[in-house]
Amino acid sequence: MITSVIIFPGSNCDRDVIHAISENTGTKVESVWHKERVLPEGTGLVVLPGGFSYGDYLRCGALSARSPIIDAVKEHALNEGLVLGICNGFQVLLETGLLPGAVLTNKTLTFICKKCYLRVERNDTPFTKGYKKEQVVQFPIAHNDGLYFLPPEKLENLEKNGQVVFRYCSESGKTDPEFNPNGALNNIAGITSRSGNVLGLMPHPERASEDILGGKDGVIMWRSIQRWIERE
Amino acid sequence: MIFHVKILVYLKEGVLDTQGKAVAKALVNAGHDELVNTRVGKYIQLWINAGTQEEAYTKAEVMCDEILVNELIEDFDIEVEHSK
Repeated sequence: MITSVIIFPGSNCDRDVIHAISENTGTKVESVWHKERVLPEGTGLVVLPGGFSYGDYLRCGALSARSPIIDAVKEHALNEGLVLGICNGFQVLLETGLLPGAVLTNKTLTFICKKCYLRVERNDTPFTKGYKKEQVVQFPIAHNDGLYFLPPEKLENLEKNGQVVFRYCSESGKTDPEFNPNGALNNIAGITSRSGNVLGLMPHPERASEDILGGKDGVIMWRSIQRWIERE
Repeated sequence: MIFHVKILVYLKEGVLDTQGKAVAKALVNAGHDELVNTRVGKYIQLWINAGTQEEAYTKAEVMCDEILVNELIEDFDIEVEHSK
């Protein structure tokens, strides 16, 4: 398995992702500058990392979604390759159209940086196979614009299609509004494409990948991806 | 000919405008009790080389569709005038 981590000007979680994946899977991880037009040969997973690409100018992720490498990422996704967008990477995926929806500024009017509980809604995706269904995991969030939004009819379709993979919840898995940190509709923290090979989420699994950081729930994601790719 | 294009981008009705809410709060705190609502948008200016005003408008519209506006959450208005 080769992972390609795309670096945009302003990405700042790329090294954390590279560290988390290589330490926990022992597989090769390459960095790819956004101006490249092709992905390294043998790429199984593409990661769009967190950060503030292009300073969040215009809209979060809008300018990165038009970077030269994006056509290759889209092609990779079309060919059933795995694509993971974390935080700003999720915002980029929304702007590319690889995932539906948009993000708005947090309802709290503040940048939120804290640990969050998430309920795993689907464990049949390449990214979440190792989790139990409805397992509660803890990943931190760190964002200003994380209120996931879709117009009502489209949101209904997203739910009907089972595209919600992670929802903000309490420690015991309750998804009441009080456990929703940013006002995301239906407590949505992460979604997948219809085909299941593209996942985007606001929380950071790479920041929950070793004990010294306060938890290792993210490790299961890296190992799930590894098992999925190596079995193919 | 160069045309000056002024684009207003704003959140669609019904889309939560957190920034607008924050600004409204600040205005009310400053004593502006008459305030009913606030919505905040973006003002983008472009200078476009085109043969006619209509052509400049169309080019700006394409730019809005492609990058400047996210039609899921935003609406926009375009005004075109001859550049001074």
